[in-house]
Amino acid sequence: MKFTQAIKMAFSSILSNKMRSFLTMLGVIIGVTAVITLIALGQGSTQRVSSQIESLGTNLIIINITGGRNRSVTQEDLERIKSMPGVSEIAPVLSGGVTVKAGNKNTNTSLEATTPGYQEVRNTHVQLGRFLLQNDLDMRFRVAVIGVDVADELFGRRDVVGEKISINGVEFSIVGILEEKGSSIAGSDDNRVIIPLTTGQRLLRNTEVRTFYLSTQSPDVVNQVVAEIQRFLTRKFNDENSFRVFNQTQLLSTINEATTTLTMMLSGIAGISLLVGGIGIMNIMLVSVTERTREIGIRKAIGAKRRDILIQFLIESAVLSGLGGVLGIMLGFVGVSFLSRILNIPAAISAEVVLLATGFSVGVGVIFGLYPASKAASLNPIDALRYE
Amino acid sequence: MIRLENLSKIYKMGDNKVVALNNISLSINKGEFVAIMGPSGSGKSTLMNIIGCLDVATEGKYYLDGRDITSYNQNQLAEVRNKKFGFVFQGFNLLPKLTALENVELPLIYAGVGAKKRREEAIRTLEMMGLKERIHHRPSELSGGQQQRVAIARALVNHPSVILADEPTGNLDSKSGMEIMQIFKELHSRGNTIILITHDINVARYARRLITIRDGQIVSDEEVEMQ
Repeated sequence: MKFTQAIKMAFSSILSNKMRSFLTMLGVIIGVTAVITLIALGQGSTQRVSSQIESLGTNLIIINITGGRNRSVTQEDLERIKSMPGVSEIAPVLSGGVTVKAGNKNTNTSLEATTPGYQEVRNTHVQLGRFLLQNDLDMRFRVAVIGVDVADELFGRRDVVGEKISINGVEFSIVGILEEKGSSIAGSDDNRVIIPLTTGQRLLRNTEVRTFYLSTQSPDVVNQVVAEIQRFLTRKFNDENSFRVFNQTQLLSTINEATTTLTMMLSGIAGISLLVGGIGIMNIMLVSVTERTREIGIRKAIGAKRRDILIQFLIESAVLSGLGGVLGIMLGFVGVSFLSRILNIPAAISAEVVLLATGFSVGVGVIFGLYPASKAASLNPIDALRYE
Repeated sequence: MIRLENLSKIYKMGDNKVVALNNISLSINKGEFVAIMGPSGSGKSTLMNIIGCLDVATEGKYYLDGRDITSYNQNQLAEVRNKKFGFVFQGFNLLPKLTALENVELPLIYAGVGAKKRREEAIRTLEMMGLKERIHHRPSELSGGQQQRVAIARALVNHPSVILADEPTGNLDSKSGMEIMQIFKELHSRGNTIILITHDINVARYARRLITIRDGQIVSDEEVEMQ
């Protein structure tokens, strides 16, 4: 018997019992929809996080001092690190949450106290006014560079250079407005205030700087510089657990790992519903074989071989399941475009996922159809003909 | 063409043995019209199933066209059924969801005949049965006599060596039954080999040779006069 003939036969059998076929497919439809939607959303958010991290610059190194009180990095140490080969700029950062006020409006924002080098290291520039200068640090000027969100929130406009704001009750004058960056995983990059390090140490009542951003001359030397700094700090603190040095690549792979695990877990759960769908198909195929015992007997009497019957029922369950898969993919497209709009995650269904889902659902049909089909194929023609 | 030698069929039911056929030897030649008669339980259906390769004997030999098919496996038997035999059953045994045409096409599908040729052959055979106007009807839309004619068309379409009919008139009124028997007579006169299983002597009379079977053994085998 020819393959196309078998497919035609499967379709006519499925169509002759529409309601039952649909209900049987439902399990596969839901499973495939869930898998597709979750993978697409997972990949979408991973991609967005990755591109955000990459936009921070791939030549960035972050040093965190985590050890006890006496583990502080002196100015001398900083000079030492800065003079290492490949290092371009270093910026110590002291950060904290503050309340900013102007007139009768106030907002909570994050404050970073740093040096002029920050501009280069973090690739952060002003669109209006100026950034911090060494003089601001030396003189402990109360000047601030603010993000556009802060300006919008407090003044309702952005050309606010020269205006006064009060940070935790201390008056500062605005000298610059940052370029707009958009939001990231850590919240909005535009909702922040940058002030001179020395001023910040006094404002936050904290002189101990524990975070340093460092940029290298090129992305190629990042690993080499990281190793160099690790060696230096290990020698200094005599304890390699009291600090952490990491770069964007590491951060990226950590986040990728986390989101991949999450996606896998969610798709695993969705995969279980595919499995349940497969069991539903097996169940209905067994019923179908019993109902059609007589048909099988007639076909065998007429000359159908074991293989013909086996293939007929296998194709029927594969088509049933595959059709469910196709419907699931279509529903997945609807679900993804709906959810990505609601959750504001850029998600796209990749061709591989579609192929995978189709293959998987057909595979489920074949695997779960195997037992009913072989049961049908091994029926004895005489018994089958006698079956009422 | 068909030669059975010392054929026995024994069913085991638990510890009991039921002998359905007991040492049957029989030859049927090409072009014969044979009726096998006997009361129910005599073993005539078992004999037909074995001749038609739906079942295999416990002992003895079965030669079909000079070839020993006693040891054929299920697939080989399926092929023999497809190529050599056409079955006509008491209950018609048409597939209810297929049209008359599709039902008649089935044996050709399993024989691997291409779609176009299949269709032509099926239509031709149905026309021969006088069902030209009914080829797209489903069995439920046909009368009993028409259904049995579709079944005969299905039996004939693959040009089998032997037509095996098991009580073909059993489910029909007497008028339709006579029509069906006329068709068999006609087919015989065109040279087809026909084996008819029945318990009705009026039906058996259409045949030219009458074999009577009782308790699994042949009790008589005689020529029948032309009616």
